[in-house]
Order: sequence, then C-alpha cells, then structure tokens
Amino acid sequence: MPTINIDKQDLFEYLDNQYNTAQFRELCFEFGIELEEDTSEKFVLAPGERAQLKIDIPANRYDLLCFEGLTRALGIFLGREPSPTYRVAHTENPHRIMVSADCAQIRPFVVGAVLRGVKLTKERYQSLIDLQDKLHNNLCRRRTLVSIGTHDLDTVEGPFTYEARRPEDIRFVPLNQKEEMDGHRVIEFYETEMHIKKFLHIIRDSPVYPVVYDAQGRVMSLPPLINSEHSKITLDTKNIFIEITATDITKVNMVLNIILTMFSGYCSEPFTVEPVEVVYPDGETLVYPNFERRTMTTSTKYLNGIVGVQKSNDEIIALLNKMSLDASLDKKTNAVSGLLKKMSLSDKSEDSQIIVKVPVTRPDILQECDIAGCLGIAFGYNNIPRAQNNSATVGKALPLNKLTDLVRKEMAMAGWTEALTLSLCSHDESFKFLRRTDPGTEAVVLANPMTIEFQVCRSTMLPGLLKTIRENKKHAIPFKIFEVSDVVFKNPELKGTGAQNERRACALFSSRMAQFEVIQGLLDTIMQSLNVRHTRKGAAGYYLAEAELPTYLSGRSASVVYTDEDLNEVVLGSIGVMHPEVLVNFELDYPVSAFEINIEPFL
Amino acid sequence: MSEELKLRILNKLESENSIADTKTVFVDVSPETILGALKSLESQEKVNYKTLTTEFWTIEAEGQDQIDNGSYEARIFYAVPAGEEGITIAELNSKYGKVANLGQGKAFQNKWVKKNGSSIVRLVDSIVDQIKADLEVVQATGTHPNTNVIRDLKRRSLIKQNKVLSYSVSKGANFSTELKKQATDLTVEMLHSGAWKNAEFKKFNFDSLGVNPSGGHLHPLMKVREEFRQIFFDTGFEEMPTNEFVVSSFWNFDALFVPQQHAARDLQDTFFLKEPAVATELPEFWETVKDVHEKGGYGSIGYRYPWSQEEAKKLVLRTHTTAVSSQMLHKLAQEPYRPAKYFSIDRVYRNEAVDATHLAEFHQVEGIIADKNMSLGSLIAFMDRFFQKMGITKLRFKPAYNPYTEPSLEIFSWHEGLNTWVEIGNSGMFRPEMLRPLGLEEGVQVAGFGLSLERPTMIKYGVDNIRALVGHKVDLGMVESNPACRLDKKMGKEVFQSAVETAN
Repeated sequence: MPTINIDKQDLFEYLDNQYNTAQFRELCFEFGIELEEDTSEKFVLAPGERAQLKIDIPANRYDLLCFEGLTRALGIFLGREPSPTYRVAHTENPHRIMVSADCAQIRPFVVGAVLRGVKLTKERYQSLIDLQDKLHNNLCRRRTLVSIGTHDLDTVEGPFTYEARRPEDIRFVPLNQKEEMDGHRVIEFYETEMHIKKFLHIIRDSPVYPVVYDAQGRVMSLPPLINSEHSKITLDTKNIFIEITATDITKVNMVLNIILTMFSGYCSEPFTVEPVEVVYPDGETLVYPNFERRTMTTSTKYLNGIVGVQKSNDEIIALLNKMSLDASLDKKTNAVSGLLKKMSLSDKSEDSQIIVKVPVTRPDILQECDIAGCLGIAFGYNNIPRAQNNSATVGKALPLNKLTDLVRKEMAMAGWTEALTLSLCSHDESFKFLRRTDPGTEAVVLANPMTIEFQVCRSTMLPGLLKTIRENKKHAIPFKIFEVSDVVFKNPELKGTGAQNERRACALFSSRMAQFEVIQGLLDTIMQSLNVRHTRKGAAGYYLAEAELPTYLSGRSASVVYTDEDLNEVVLGSIGVMHPEVLVNFELDYPVSAFEINIEPFL
Repeated sequence: MSEELKLRILNKLESENSIADTKTVFVDVSPETILGALKSLESQEKVNYKTLTTEFWTIEAEGQDQIDNGSYEARIFYAVPAGEEGITIAELNSKYGKVANLGQGKAFQNKWVKKNGSSIVRLVDSIVDQIKADLEVVQATGTHPNTNVIRDLKRRSLIKQNKVLSYSVSKGANFSTELKKQATDLTVEMLHSGAWKNAEFKKFNFDSLGVNPSGGHLHPLMKVREEFRQIFFDTGFEEMPTNEFVVSSFWNFDALFVPQQHAARDLQDTFFLKEPAVATELPEFWETVKDVHEKGGYGSIGYRYPWSQEEAKKLVLRTHTTAVSSQMLHKLAQEPYRPAKYFSIDRVYRNEAVDATHLAEFHQVEGIIADKNMSLGSLIAFMDRFFQKMGITKLRFKPAYNPYTEPSLEIFSWHEGLNTWVEIGNSGMFRPEMLRPLGLEEGVQVAGFGLSLERPTMIKYGVDNIRALVGHKVDLGMVESNPACRLDKKMGKEVFQSAVETAN
C-alpha cells in the first residue's frame, strides 16, 4: 500500500480549514484511505518546516497518489466541486513519435501527450516528480512494465523517434549530469547510484537499448533508466512533452491518463491536453491519449443487493456522483420496464438500469462489483443497516483435525506439554543432524528462502522438538513434550503439486536417563485411546518391530507397525532412544527418547 | 519437648494471665522454638501473640582484646616509662608492632604522651581507660546509655548490633491448659477406628499454595484456536481440509483473480519451491481463468495482460488459506446450489524478515460464507456477531482494497488500553471474476474474512515477542503456567490494563 506525503497546510486550506487532524483522520477512514501520521503531532517541527500528512492509499487508487488527485477526489466526495471533464484538444498537426521495428524486442510500446501552457511552481513540480516515483514503484512494477519520461517541449523538436540501438551508439548527457556517456557508460555510472541502479537489470543484458530521439537526433531519454539533461523540465517550462514506454499496453495507457488528468488542471486551458500520434513500423497510427469514458451498465437491484441498502434511483445516482462516477438512468430499457410494471407484468420492486460512465482516472473499476463498492463508500460502510443472514448451515469439524485434537488431549492428560514448532527448517536439521542421508525423494525444497533456517519443509517433526528442548535449558528435567502437526514431503505420484502433508504425532522425553519405557508408555496410552490393541505381527493392533534407524541408538529403536482389521500392515513411524551424536548436533546434554508416528491411518 | 514447652506457656498464662516478654520468662528456650510452640497454640486459638524485636550489642573479637588487655592507646601509655627519657619511637614500634601504630594517634590526641625528638614521653602521670570501661558496660548490659559512645565503638568495629525476637503472649479464644494432640490429616485408620469423631484437626493455612499437579499442558495458541473453532461451529461453519501447505500459484493467486504482475507474487514476498518446482497439471477450467485475466468476462473488462500458464504452474507455500477456500468453492459449485459456510485455521507462509511481530509462517483464521442473500450489510452483521463472541463489541469498518474482493473492508476494533482503533482483520465479497470461473452461478455471493491467530493470542496471553509464542524458542514454562482461553473474558494484558485503569 503506497504512502504519500501531503503538505498539511495546503490540504487543509484546500478544504477551507473545515477539518482539524482528528476530523480529517475520520474523513480518511470513511473514504477508505488512512491518515498514518501528522508529522507535527509526533515531532517538534524545525523553524520553517511544514507539517506533512502521511496517508496510506489503497494499491489500486492511482488517482489518489498526488496532492492534485487526492484533493480533487475528496472535493468531489464532499460535494464541494464537480468532477472535471477531461478533454483532448483538436490539433491540426499533432506531435508524432515514429517507432522503429527494433523496439519490439526490448520495450515495444510508447505513448505520448503534451501539456500546454502549464504554470509550474516548486510544489507542483515536486508533486509531478513524486507522482512519477509512486507510479514507477507500483503500477509500473519498478519500471519493468512502464516508465515515464517528461520533457520541456520547447528544447526539442518533433517528430520524435522511438528506437532500439546498441548501447555504444547511444550518446547523451543524462539528467543532472555534465558528462556525455554512451549506453555502456550509463550502466557503469549508475551501478553505484542508489535510485537508478535497481532498474539497470531491465535492459543491461539486452543487445539494444530503447531510446527516444528528437528530430535533430538528440537523445531525450533512455527508458527505463534516465532522461537527458538537455530536455529536462524546469520551473520555467511552459509546455511538457510526455513519452511513456512499456512492455504492457494496458498499463501504459493507465499511467499516461493518470499523469495527464492529475496535471492538466495547470494547463492554460484546464483539463485539456494535446494529443500525440504514435506511428508503428507497419504504418499503424494511434492517437493518445484516449479520454473516452467507459460505459458500464448496472442496476439498482444489483447495487442495493450487494451493499444491503434500499436506495432509490436518484439516491444511487447522487451517491455514485460523489465517487466521480457519472451515473444516469438508462431511459430506453427503463421505459420498457416501467411499462411492464404499469401492466403489472413485472415485480413491484424497483429495478432500473443505471448507466455509469467511468472516468479515465478510475481504471480500478473493472466490473459492476466495483461500482457497488463505490456506492458502499459513498453511503458509508458504517451506516449500512446490519441484516443477519439466517441461512441454516451445519457446523462440522474436519475429521483429521478431530482426530488430532483427540490425540493432543490424550497426550496432555497423560502429563505431556504441547510445543508448537515451525514447519520450515534447515536441510542439515532435517537430515545430517539426525544422521540421515537425503534420499532426494523426500524433502520439499524452497527456492528463495531468506535464511538457512527455512531451506526445506520439515519431513520429520523431530528437529523442531529437539530445538525446543535446546532453547529451554533453564527448564527443570524431565522434559515431556509433544506436538501433533503436519510434515510435508514429495510425492511424485500425486497429481497437481507432487507434494503432500502428513499428520504426525511426535513426543520427546529427556531426563538423566533415556527411560525408553516412559516414551513407550505414552505411545501405548495413545494407542489405547484410539482403541488399537498391543499385539504381535499378524494380528490386528500395533507392535514394535526392532529396526536399525540412524537417528536412534543401535539396538534401541523400533518401527511402530499398525495392522488394521483387514490385516494390512502399515509402518506408522519409529520409536527409540536418540543417538548421542544427534544430541551433540542439537546441543543437548541429557538423553532423549522419542517417537514419531503418522496418525492418518486412524481416520 | 515441644509439648512440654506448650504446657509451660499455657500454665504461665493460667497463673499470670499474660506473658509480657517470652525472653525474660523462658530464658533457656531459643526464639525459634518458642515461635513454633506459639504458632501451634495459635492455630488451636489457645493463645494470641505479638512479635517483639529487641536490639542489643555484642563485643567483637577486637573489642574483647581491648577488654582483656586495655585499649590500644592505654597500652601505649603504659609502654612509655615515666620521666624525661621516655621511649624511642623505634623501640616502641619494634616492641608493640601493630598496637603501636593503632594506639599512638589516639594517645597523642588524648594528650597522654607527646613526641620529644625521636622519643615519646608521658604528659600525665595516670590515665582512665575509658574505651575499656565503655566496652565493659556494653558487655554487661548489651548497650550503652550514651549513643555517641555506641556510634564510636561501632565505627571502630569493636561492637556489633544484634537482634533478638521474643513474643508477648495473651490468652486466645479457646484458652485452656489442657493440650490435645492435633491430627494433621484425615486418615483411613481414623475412619476405621472412628477416631475422627474426637480428633482435633490442625488448622489449615489457607494463604499458602497447594501442591503443583504434574499434569500436561496445551499450547496457548492452540487453546485460542480451539475457542475460534467453537465460535465457527456455533455459527454453522464447516472446517476445510487445509492440510496442504504446497499449492500451485494457480490456486494461490490466479484462481483468485490476482494478476500475475501483482507485488504479492514477487520473490521477496512469497516462498517459491525448487523441488518440486512446478505443478504437473492445472485444473480443467484454467482457460476460463486465463480468459478472465486477459480479456475479462462476466461483466468485467479483466486485467488485459498476457497470462502465462508457466507462471500459474509455479509451486508456492501458500500465502493464505484462501488457496484452499477457492478449491472448496470450486467443489461446492459442482453441486446444486446450497448456502455454505466454511472455515479454517492453519499455517500460511510469507517470505518476510522475522521480527518481534512477524514470522515467516503464522496461522490464519479464515471464514467464507456463500449465499444468494449475502450483502455487505449481512457481512458486517456477521462480523459483529462473530467478534462479539470474542468479547469485542466495538467494531467499525474501513473500505479497503484487495485484488479478489470488492467491496473490501478492514475490520477495526476499539482498543481500550491504547485508546485507539486497531485493525483486527480483513473481509470482503469475492469478485465475480473469481467466483464465476470456479463455476458458481450468477447471483451467488461469497463473503470472506480473515485474521491472524497469533495477534489475538499475543493480546490475550500478554506475549510481546511472537518468537516466544511460536517456534522452538517458545518458553515451556509459559506453556505450563498460562490460563485457559476464554475469548469473551479479559485475559493477559487486558487484565493488567484494566487493573492499571482502575488504579488510576
């Protein structure tokens, strides 16, 4: 969720000082944004320092990412100002960007537009820079999808070209630099620069770099990295040329429209921008921007139903207008349904078709449900009448969890204490420390863990419980701990993921002596509670079959074998006295005995 | 012995009505023994007693030496012969050593002797050894009438303070001189013989704690989980099979209408898998999902980007249990329509830096309600009811954004201690772009809500560091000594908080 900084005094003045910080916080809450902080509440401001409001903006509201957009949206929401109509000026000979065929291999799309007669101030200039930053980091996915270039139109000359050239053939002075560089030098130069270096990977290894030229062959920008010093915008700039390059045609249009709608208010003819033609190698010519409002159809019945209110057509239209949505009744279809209603052919409840014109500032509105969301906000989420939904459904536990709880409670009643360990661990903990070799067919391995603690999903519960004892050295002996939870392992036979969980019960005993009979006693208790008899091989029940297992001391370990009513045998797990080397690996001082069994056969 | 002492005490009280100070009456008995007898008698309400503290001074070894041999300064005086000759300093030092060093200054100060060249000569003919006299007074009486003397002797480490406890005793409510043997416990022999009828039972000390039972303990997080499960069962929810940590990106993201370029799908947010790395297959309706992302449908314009099957096949550790909810909804859609409520409480994974409030894995509580009559109003009403069962009554809702729900909301509750609204969960109505490709018919609304299990547990049990609650660094002592979970009652920090408020 992006956070923006807004000048408190400017904002409050925009709202005619009708709000203090607390009231503004409430307004934000209602509108679905969040006032995180008023810097003047938290810190003593230095003399001359202006208070900032830090506001969290939902990730899909690109129209609220700058002062201009936020104040406009709030002004409309509060009914203090109308929604502006954004226009594309009719221009005889619009500026052109000619796209070369090579661009297709690196960054295929470009769009553009011109803001004429702009009056920039220090604040407006900064806001334009900040908005580009916010967009680059969010919608533009750190410039991989889209990157924005803004230029002083009066320093360059059209028609412009968008090309892809070998780095050594590109020469220019980058923004705020003095040295002329070629493409390679640019990469090298920005390698150590905090802000730009994180974008270098986007083009570094490409044989050609995207570049925008003016008619005189002057480089204007090297997207997605940097603009040129030559065409940079200053506070004196009157006419702004915007070029935006992209790998995603949908998002590039969204970005262009957001920049234009946010800043066209400062044009000599407010909210009116000059188009730019983009000519692709195949001759296809596209004109940008496209300010045409998308038309969507919805209905009062649907909107009232989703929000849970009973609003009339007029009320709905008024509420949607507060959200910058131009709503109106669909006269044609409504005339028909009105007639049907008069003839009593239709049910009495009001259901009128509503036409909504979605402004280009709201690309987040994809479907009717988004309009319903807007209606909810305009009406106020906290004003919606509570209506209990009384559909009868039956509560039910997952059988596996029910079984798990049964086993957990038996263990606790037997005097054992429940641990809660992580399901991720290091590869060593899962194998080497337990004196096991990795067969390669067992562990689910993570691709991008931040630390070695999270290299694999646990395929045994033992490491977590051994570590729990290690971390509780000050606890008095004996330790009697258990956990019933899932392990994960590979299962190539399983369609889909090829990995599966298994529910295991695991318990550890640690004291001055290993006392196998204690851990065995707990196993016997669980089996008894599951109504499984202690038997010998060949009879229904469970038995311990001596087994050499590397984790346990030789001769002191066994497999726990379960024989079901149909005399099918399944190995549930193991029990034994932990091998002293395992104790050393987990830094334990006292003997440990343990069992770990799969409980799923008892479902 | 103790019986005999008890009788002595009782008889003394019988004859004199009270004992002003036991140490003067029972000189031969140690205070501890007296106290034992008094406690026993008090428990039978035969006596009442008060503790008296007497302070007295005893002579240290160095003090005893000065009583025996005179003070250091007196010894110096006597070492100096009368007359002009006196004694040379060198001789004095060699003869008297340490005493010479310690006593000279004081002897000079008292003007008993003076230096004459390299010799020391007497100034007076005779002296009174006041230190010795004072020490003798202290030895005889345990104190000295002049407090300055006491201070001086203490400073010189010649005496030391001691305390002695003694008691004043008076008759109790059941006073008698008869002493009956008290039974400490009811025994099987007493039952058989009938002796319990005449037995006098020793009184219990109800202020002490009982014997710790050696029972087992459930983990607090699991206890809170159990409470949540009960709330879900009470409100008609069925538990989902969430025993599936590894899921495809398809189920975790794509089927939820989370675009493939979404930030949550970055390497720094989600654990991707190396082995196995990709799903072997996607569900049969994957193309419907692809279409709704690329081109839209169901009244939606979609995200309009090229959707990649490879991206959808990448396996991840699920980032939310909604990855399972979506599968449940898909199953539900295969049956004729019925209202349904599902829930789960299980582990989810985030590739985040671990700190006091964040772990790479935590438990998510999630509920979903599928119903044709579901609205934002009924969702809010349900949230009210759900959280009320947890004892949270003051809720409000903030519009929010979530890629797969609209309308979406964040749930805030009023925190009395912090005096502010805090976010406790997320909720929303699943988008048609998610529901319709899963097969749910138009008009079926599905609301979902989620919260973490760790956060309410930390509040309920007053745990500040999540690593002390979940994982191997858990304090087993904490697990063994925490209260049962009652979500509708104040617990942990909340109790503490309200105690502070009351005190203020």
